[in-house]
This record gives sequence, C-alpha cells and structure tokens, in this order.
Amino acid sequence: MSEPVKVAIIGSGPAGLSAASRAAQLGLSHVLLEKTDHLSDTIYKYQKGKHVMATPNRLDLRSDCRFDEGARETILGIWDEDAASNKISVAYHAEVVEVTGEKGAFQIKTAKGDIIVAEHIVLAIGTQGNPNRMRCPGNDLPHIIYTVDDPEDFKDKHITVVGSGDAGIENALGVAEEALENTVTILNRSKDFARAKPKNVSDMMEAGENGSMSIRTETQPKLVEPGWLTLETPTGDEKIECDVIVARLGSVAPRAFVESMGIEFTGPDREAFPKLSPTFETTVPGIYVIGALAGYPLIKHCMNQGYDVVEFLNGNQALTPADEKDLAAIFAGLPQQKSVSEWLEFLRTRIRIFADVSPLQMREFMLDSKIAFYRTGDVVFEKDEPGSSLFAIADGQALVEVAPGVTVPIEEGSIFGEVGLISGRKRGARIRAGADSIFVEVSRTAALKLMGSVPGAKRVINRISLERQLLQIFKGGLTVEDLAPVVDDAEVIRVPAGKVVLQEGDAGDDVYVIRSGSMVVEKDIGGKPIFLRYLPAGSYFGEMAVLSGAPRNATVKAAVGSEVIKLTGAGFKAMLAARPQVREATEKAVAERAQMNSFIESRKASYSSAVDLYSDTATFIMKEGLGEATDALLIDENLCVGCDNCEKACADSHEGLSRLDREAGKTFAHLHVPTSCRHCEHPHCMADCPPNVIHRGPDGEVFMEEGCIGCGNCMRNCPYGVIRMEAAPPEKPSLLRWLLTGFGPGPGEPSPKWTKANMPEGKKPKKIAVKCDMCKGISGGPACVRACPTGAAIRVSPEEFLSIARLEEDAG
Amino acid sequence: MASLFQRRRNKATQTERIRERRHEGFLRHADFRWAKISGGLCLLVIISYALVDVTPRHNGGSWYGYTLGTIGAGLILWLTALGYRKRKMTSTAWSLKAWTSAHVYLGLSLIVIGTWHTGFQLGWNVHTLAWALMMLVILSGLYGVIAYATLPKALSNNRDEMTQMQMLEAIRAFDRQLHAAAQPLTPEDTAPVLAALEEDPFAGSIGARLSGRYPKCATAAALRTLSASRSSDAEAREKVVGLLSQKEAALTRLRRHLRIRGLLEIWLYVHVPLTFALIAALSAHIISVFFYW
Ligand SMILES: Cc1cc2nc3c(=O)[nH]c(=O)nc-3n(C[C@H](O)[C@H](O)[C@H](O)COP(=O)(O)OP(=O)(O)OC[C@H]3O[C@@H](n4cnc5c(N)ncnc54)[C@H](O)[C@@H]3O)c2cc1C
Ligand code: HEM
Ligand code: SF4
Ligand code: SF4
Ligand code: SF4
Repeated sequence: MSEPVKVAIIGSGPAGLSAASRAAQLGLSHVLLEKTDHLSDTIYKYQKGKHVMATPNRLDLRSDCRFDEGARETILGIWDEDAASNKISVAYHAEVVEVTGEKGAFQIKTAKGDIIVAEHIVLAIGTQGNPNRMRCPGNDLPHIIYTVDDPEDFKDKHITVVGSGDAGIENALGVAEEALENTVTILNRSKDFARAKPKNVSDMMEAGENGSMSIRTETQPKLVEPGWLTLETPTGDEKIECDVIVARLGSVAPRAFVESMGIEFTGPDREAFPKLSPTFETTVPGIYVIGALAGYPLIKHCMNQGYDVVEFLNGNQALTPADEKDLAAIFAGLPQQKSVSEWLEFLRTRIRIFADVSPLQMREFMLDSKIAFYRTGDVVFEKDEPGSSLFAIADGQALVEVAPGVTVPIEEGSIFGEVGLISGRKRGARIRAGADSIFVEVSRTAALKLMGSVPGAKRVINRISLERQLLQIFKGGLTVEDLAPVVDDAEVIRVPAGKVVLQEGDAGDDVYVIRSGSMVVEKDIGGKPIFLRYLPAGSYFGEMAVLSGAPRNATVKAAVGSEVIKLTGAGFKAMLAARPQVREATEKAVAERAQMNSFIESRKASYSSAVDLYSDTATFIMKEGLGEATDALLIDENLCVGCDNCEKACADSHEGLSRLDREAGKTFAHLHVPTSCRHCEHPHCMADCPPNVIHRGPDGEVFMEEGCIGCGNCMRNCPYGVIRMEAAPPEKPSLLRWLLTGFGPGPGEPSPKWTKANMPEGKKPKKIAVKCDMCKGISGGPACVRACPTGAAIRVSPEEFLSIARLEEDAG
Repeated sequence: MASLFQRRRNKATQTERIRERRHEGFLRHADFRWAKISGGLCLLVIISYALVDVTPRHNGGSWYGYTLGTIGAGLILWLTALGYRKRKMTSTAWSLKAWTSAHVYLGLSLIVIGTWHTGFQLGWNVHTLAWALMMLVILSGLYGVIAYATLPKALSNNRDEMTQMQMLEAIRAFDRQLHAAAQPLTPEDTAPVLAALEEDPFAGSIGARLSGRYPKCATAAALRTLSASRSSDAEAREKVVGLLSQKEAALTRLRRHLRIRGLLEIWLYVHVPLTFALIAALSAHIISVFFYW
C-alpha cells in the first residue's frame, strides 16, 4: 500500500487529465490512474489524422492543459507535454476494479492488485466502457485485437472477425478491401444479422458473393492458437488459418462499475446519469463524477469540469462555472432582472416538470433551451407547423385554439407542445399567450434527456400528453375531468415493426391511440391481405368494434416500431355515454372509414389489378421503412432517364456534395426508393450527437447546423445509410465559364481527383457529416425534384403517397 | 421573443412550397398545358395565314413573314437556352420538367411557324438550309421524346436494383474467381480464359454499344472453346465453364444497361450540334436577308 493521497483521479481522458493538472498546480497530493499505457484512450483510438473539433466555440477553455481544434496526433502530443510540464503523477496500466471505504480513506484496487488510498476520488472514465472479451480458451493471446485503427495495417493476412454487429461488419469490410489481399472470415453466432444495419448487411453479403470475404453463420470460435482458430460449426469443428482475430462483441457500459461504488443514477433508462450536486459530487460523499460519464461529451466541457472539480474539492466556493456567461445571455432578454441562480431557482420552483431536477442538470437544460417573454395574444406556434420542442409555462398562461374561436387555457407550471415531442408530428393547434407570459422552449434532445434522467418529469409529461392527445382526437366537448377514468387505466404498449395489434375477426372492444410510429390497416379480400389505410401517429383505431359490438373488421399492424396507448372499451364507452356530441363525432368518423373500406372492396371486384398494385406498392413502401418517414424521395422508373441531374442539382446547391444516391436502393413495380434522407419522425441520427447539432427545422427537415465534430455517430445510427462523412470540395469555376471554355469539372459533384488537385494550399479538408436538408432555406424547394427533366422525382410523405385519392385516380 | 417570432413568420411561407404528390411526366405536365398552348399557336398561324392577304403572295419578306420569322428565331434561341437552364441551379421556384414540357411542345410548333414563315418557298439557298436544319433538330428531338417515353422502363427492368458500379463489381468478382479456377487448366484451355480476363467490359465500338452485339466478345469465345474442349481435367473445366457463363450473363446485363443508356443519350449528340449549326445558318439567313436583299 502506498502513501494516501488527497485525490485520486480515475481515467486520463480530457476530464481526468485536466483535473490532475489542476491538482498538480495547486500542489495537492494526487495520482492519475489510467488503465492503458497512454493518456486519453478514447481520443487515442480515433481514426488516424482525425480532425478534432473544439466546440462549443463560445465556451472559454479553463484548464491547465491546452486544447484547440486540430489533428488527433497534435492534440495528444500537446497533452503529453502538458502532463509533463504540470508534473502530474500518472500510473499507467492501473485499471481500477473496485472502490471501497469512504470519504477521507477510500481504498482503490487495481486489476494488478495494487491498493491506492485516497481522501477523494474524481471519476472520469468516460462512457466507452470495456470491450467484451472472447470467452473460449486462448482468449488471452496477443493476436486478438478489439479495434482496427487503420485497415491498411493489415496486408496479406488471414483475418477472422468475431461478431457481426455494425462495428464487426465495418471492420471486416475494411480489411477485406481487395488491394490489401487479406483472407477475411466473419463469424456470426446466429443465422441472421439482426443487430446490424441493412446497408451493412447487404454490403457484407455482396462481399461474400463476390468472394472477397467468407461469411460463416451459426459458427463460434472454440479454441484460439497462434496462427490457427478452431470453429464450432453446425456440421462439426473446423480448423482455419488465422493470423489476426478482430473481436467486436460490443462493450459493457461502465454503469454497473459506477453503481458498485454505491453511486446512484437518476433513473433506470439508458439516458440516465449519476446524480450530481452542483459541485459534481455524487450520492457517495467524496466521490465526484465529471466528463462524458457525467453527461458532458464535449472535450472542452470535460476539461473545464476537470479544473472546476478540483477547485471545488480544494474548498474554492467562489468559483463561477465557465458556462455562467452563456446562461446569463439566455436570460438577458427577459423583462425582470435576476441573477442566473435566481432564474434557475424561479424556473425550478414554478414548473412542474423541473421539480425534481438538480441545480446542475438545470444549468444544462437551460443551455439547450430558450426562454422568452410573450405579450398577451402573441402567437407561440401555428397549427400544422412542424416542431418537436417542448414548452413550459414559467409565468402567465397559454391559450390553445382547439377550434376557430374556441380556446382552452393551459395554466402556469404546465407544458405544451408535447405532441410534437413524442410523436414527431406537426403541431396540432395554434397557441397564443393568454397573458403577458414567460415560456421556456426545451429542445427535443434536452427534453428526452430530461425524461430519461428525471422519472418524475417523465410521468408528468406522459400523462399530460395522453390527455391532450385524446382531447385533440375527440375535438371539443371533452374536459380533462371526463378523461380521467380513461386515462387512469390507459396502458402504453410498445409494438415492434410488423407486429399485429388487432386481428380481423377477433372479438374485443379496446380502443388504441397511436402515440408514436405508424400502423397499416389490412383486410382479407379474396384470400389476400389488401392494404386499406396508413395510420400516422395521433390517429386511433379499434373504435368500430366499440360502437357496433361486432368482431374486428380489419387487421391493424405496426408499420415501424411504434407505441400505442390501449384504452379499455368500458372506459371509452363510459366517456361516450357522458358526452353525446363526442359519440356523434366518433360515429361520423366510423361511417367515413367504413365507406372507404367498402369503396376499396368494390373496386377490388371490378379493378382488381389496380387495387392489387396499390396494395403491393403500399406493402413495399412500408417494408422500406418509409412508415417512419415524413418526406421521402421517390423515383418513378417509368420516367427516369438516368441523367443524374437530381444528384448534380443537389451537389450544386449544397457545397458541391450530393446528398442522394439515385441508383442505389430498392425498386418495386418501377417505383424506386433512392438512398436519400427520409426525415424520419424520430430521427435515429439525432440519438447520439456530442455537440447536439442535428435538429428538426420548421419545414420538418432534419438538418445539421454548424458545429459537427465529425465523430460519425449519426452516420452509424441512421438505418438507411444516407449520411456521408465528406469534406466540401473547393469552389468550382462558374457554369458559363465551363460551358464556353470547358474549364472546371462541370455541374455536379467534382471528382475526387479534381478536388484533390484544386484544394487550396494549406487548407486541411475537414470531414463532417453531410445529409439532405430538404433544401432548407432554398425558397423554390427541393432542388433534386426541380431539376428532374421528366418528372420522375418527387418528394412526398407516405400519407400523401398512399392516399385513397391516388387509388381512385389510378382505378379511373 | 422577437427573434423567436421572426424565425417562425419568415418560414411560414415555406411550408406552402409547391409540392407534387404524384408522378406526372413532362409530357402530361400540368394537364398538357404546353401542348394546348402550342397547338393553339399553330392553329392561329394556319388560320391567319389563310385570312391575311399578302401581295403578291406569302413569303418571308412580307410583314406577316417577318412576324413569324421573329417569333421563330426567338423561339429557337429560347429552346437553345434549355441547355444552360438545365445545368444552372437557382433557388427560386422553377422546374426543369415544366421547361422540358414547354420545350417539346413549343419546339414542335416551330414546324408550323417556320414552314409557314417561308410561305412554302424552298430552294437551294442558305434560307432553306436554316429551315432544313431546324427540321432535323426537331426530328431528332422527336426521337428523343420517344426514347424518353419508352426506354426508362427497360433500363429499370434490366438493372434489377443493381447500380452500374455493382454490375462492374460483379464482373470483376467473376474474373477473380476465374483467375483462381483456371490454374489447373492446360495451356491451350488457359489462353482463351486469359483473353476473357483481359477484356475491358467498357470496350467496344459505338456500333456495338448501341446494337448490343459484340461478335468478338472474348468471354463468349472462351465459353465456346472450353465447352468444346476435352483437354483439361473435366471437373476443373466444368467449374471454369460455369463461371464463364455466369460472367457472360453479368456482361450481358451491363451491356444492355450501357446500350439503353446510350440510346437515351446518343440523340443529344445530334440534337445539340445541329442546334449550333442551325443557329449559324439562321444568323447567315438573317444577315443575308438584311444586307443583300
Ligand atoms: C469518434 C469520436 C470522435 C469524437 N470527436 C470529438 C471532437 O472532435 N470534439 C469533441 O469535443 N468531442 C469529440 N468526441 C467526444 C469526446 O471524445 C469524448 O466525449 C471525451 O473524450 C470524453 O472525455 P472523458 O475524459 O470524459 O472520458 P474519455 O476520454 O473516454 O477517457 C476515459 C479514460 O479513462 C480510462 N478508463 C476507463 N475505465 C477505467 C478504469 N476502470 N480504470 C482506469 N482507467 C479507466 C480510459 O482508458 C480512458 O483513457 C468524439 C467521440 C468519438 C467516439
Ligand atoms: C429548333 C428547335 C429546337 C432546338 C434549338 C432545341 C435545342 C435543344 C437544346 C440546346 C437542348 C439541351 C440539350 C442538353 O444540354 O442536354 C435540348 C434538349 C432537348 N430537346 Fe430540344 N430543341 C429543339 C426542338 C425540340 C423538339 C421539337 C423536341 C421534341 C419533340 C425537343 C426535345 C428535347 C428534349 C427531350 C431534350 C432533352 C431535355 C433534357 O434531357 O433535359 N427539342 N434541345
Ligand atoms: S439521416 Fe437517417 S435517421 Fe436521420 S432522419 Fe434521415 S433517414 Fe432518418
Ligand atoms: S452531426 Fe453526426 S458526425 Fe457530426 S457531431 Fe453530430 S453525430 Fe457526430
Ligand atoms: S431535398 Fe435538397 S438536400 Fe435533399 S436530396 Fe434533394 S436536393 Fe439534396
């Protein structure tokens, strides 16, 4: 056992390194424990030469280590220098496996068995976690690696990739590159590749078919030996040559390890973080959490917190957080003058969903939010405007226009705009300020984080949203009180894509409301399921049986992974009985639907091929995942002459890079779904963007604002493979010049060769995420559609495309 | 606050963007708007030609002839501008489809406008040359429209969700496998396989590309030779023959793809140069009319 230190810092990423530097500068006895043999493993593992960005720009850096945007190698080099000049004491190969004891005398045990005693602990282990290891004998041999830095490092080798998630497939494809002449095998324990993106799976299958990779399903490693690997296959054991094993078996999140120290998290969800005080102290006194693990994934935040946390634990109480001036700016426009902490307290005590939020979390939510003063009568948003942010009423009142001239008030402390937040659909009604008011607008990402980390907030939002959704569906005549019995026994059910919720012919009288996702309605006509209707989020179904008492007359199944709210038939009936006008409205809606059904049935008899085509096209569209699209590019291959003018137009109106790939993608009955963003209801790409730059714009477009750091998370998260990581090419000579003199690359995306040759001296291209922004800010609308000479390309939402009107026209 | 509102209000106009919900081809565009306009124009010309009395007879030099000539020349310049407009992306609401639609129908109306402008006085001179070139441009345009209307479907069917790159990749993959599989063959069997490997899938004359016939295809030749050969080990040869026929099928697909794309483009190589010839002849025509008349 060594001398006790004042503070032990675990993890040497930007957060831990900055904390250790401050401790060294203050002359505190300290040790920085790092599991690997170098500093900052997460950044060490970035791709070679990656350009690391220093966002947010407005935030000042407060640290004893330097940091500015630049190449990964430069930054790591600078940090090594700073670690030395600050005289930090670092222990490498010191993976912490257990922490016991309490404030003043923690005992920290490493994997090697050393024990370090410390008064305080700063935990800065990031969120990368530990890769899962292989379990078969021989799993400790050195030729097993867990990441591939650069596929070019492997030439003419026998490589086996274990694990067929996206990471494994991407690595396998990388090393299987023809020029490297590797013999690549990828192993999958099960039959299919359910965990990977379809795009990756199809690329891999293609590589398998053309012989550049061998794909072995239902196969596992059994024994690793130098140069050889024994496989367990369905037909018995088999020994193959193998020089390198790439194990991509996922990783264990550090949460269990953190919890083992007794530290509590804010909730059970994946988005939850350790509960923290304003000084980053956890629920275990003496243990502090900072950096990505605390919910701050940007390097600059991490470094600032490293500095702050050591100041705090050294007794500095006067330190104002580095984000103080940003917060002050957020509150600056309000009529009252209060300090930042007074404002935060004001919001926390007034707004119901903020009640359980810690002061530290409050700071963060406000940084992702806007707050504004509205005069009586000001419009907050209009009906049918896209928008997914959530509004909270800090002061005053909001008025919802449920029908022209009819308004319903929402009181202080409550929220509005939650429908857009939960379903991703357009706003359902116009909202005005009912008095001089202060509203907080929380971005969707921040709201989801709030719901994930504060269970109380989640409960309030869910309940209010269900009530409102019902009020909106059964317009007018209903009050929140009427709904109470229905809402009390309502149950939220998750439905995976393709799962049947209601089966034609079954008995039952429950009514369902689609909370998120979408459903398709089908009916068996002449032994074949015929598509009747597409139901977007916000619609309801199952009401026919309640009114008629008859069995279900159609099948309803999920088009994409969805959430439905089940209301019991009895509760629903009681509600209808109490409010005759609601019953009337419901009956009218039922009659309309029934009429449409019989229309399709009658058409089926006389124009069976048109109905079949409509139905099959709808099925194809749903299979392509367009059920979750809000706006997708569709090409009619009866008209497309293959001129690629759409791609050229897209490139020419967006920094020279095309955001669509016309030729790629699936086709059915000459309807082609090219590779291009569909502006999903719940964009998967938004899930994990460290600088949080992916947003939904006012026209429903999902776009990236400036500040992308090029981490590629969104590219990996998008299931449709529509995001590219590219650097913008240099400016091209003008079109006229090209037409007249042939100088320059002409319309469209310039070739990589031209780009390389014409990149201005000294300008380092930054690869960032590029995707379709639906031609945001271009008043004429989507360039790809406008540039199509024959009318083959259109952008539509699935509702528009599958409307019954189309069938009527087609059937004549 | 104010800034929040401004953002919203400004954008409100954008939600009303022109949106097309259906696939409607350029020929049908806006319910045949340009077909109707152009048809009306032609009728107007034909009727007024009969009604207007020009002495001694209709010709390009009368006031009526001048009018038609000016309209015609203007139209030709406007039709030519499509080449620029097609490549120039602007941010305002315009659609190339509408332009193409107008281009096709107004282009056809030139048959009437141009011909009636001459007053049916044709001869062996620069004036008639301009007219003839115009008719050729129009004829080639007509071919283009027919190609645009009929070929895309065939292109789509043939490619079967594959991209051109993937077709090429598939051929390369067979080449790699052939290379390995041909190792055990006797030299006389190897030679045609090697020739097939060296064949560039894109090679071939324009004639071959447009007709889709490649009589000298090395893959087909290798397939014939090996199917008939008895020299190498039967099993190895069969494997190679199998691969060769797979490669041939892949080549056929790629060649069909290139053929249809060629047919969709080749006419532009007539249409556009003839347009420039037309403009040259038209200028000569106008100059000669003014200076030497
Ligand atoms: C590909 C990619 C690109 C990115 N690009 C950028 C960018 O350009 N700009 C930006 O601001 N952010 C970027 N990020 C985010 C940023 O890198 C991380 O959020 C940041 O590194 C987190 O810092 P940290 O100090 O909290 O943890 P980390 O940097 O993750 O460091 C944790 C350290 O702790 C060590 N450790 C873990 N467990 C133990 C243990 N039990 N005992 C001892 N040591 C342990 C690890 O080895 C590691 O060195 C990117 C992320 C990725 C994945
Ligand atoms: C004198 C009359 C005409 C002139 C001067 C003319 C000129 C042109 C020019 C310059 C182009 C642009 C080609 C390119 O840049 O790719 C073009 C395209 C085209 N023209 Fe014409 N044209 C004429 C008449 C016609 C007629 C009569 C038709 C049809 C019946 C026609 C059909 C087309 C079509 C289909 C295109 C291709 C559009 C595209 O792919 O974007 N043209 N023409
Ligand atoms: S990038 Fe992908 S996940 Fe994101 S909105 Fe577009 S299609 Fe959906
Ligand atoms: S936009 Fe994509 S690549 Fe850029 S920072 Fe966000 S997740 Fe990473
Ligand atoms: S809508 Fe605009 S950004 Fe999107 S693919 Fe079309 S041209 Fe590109």
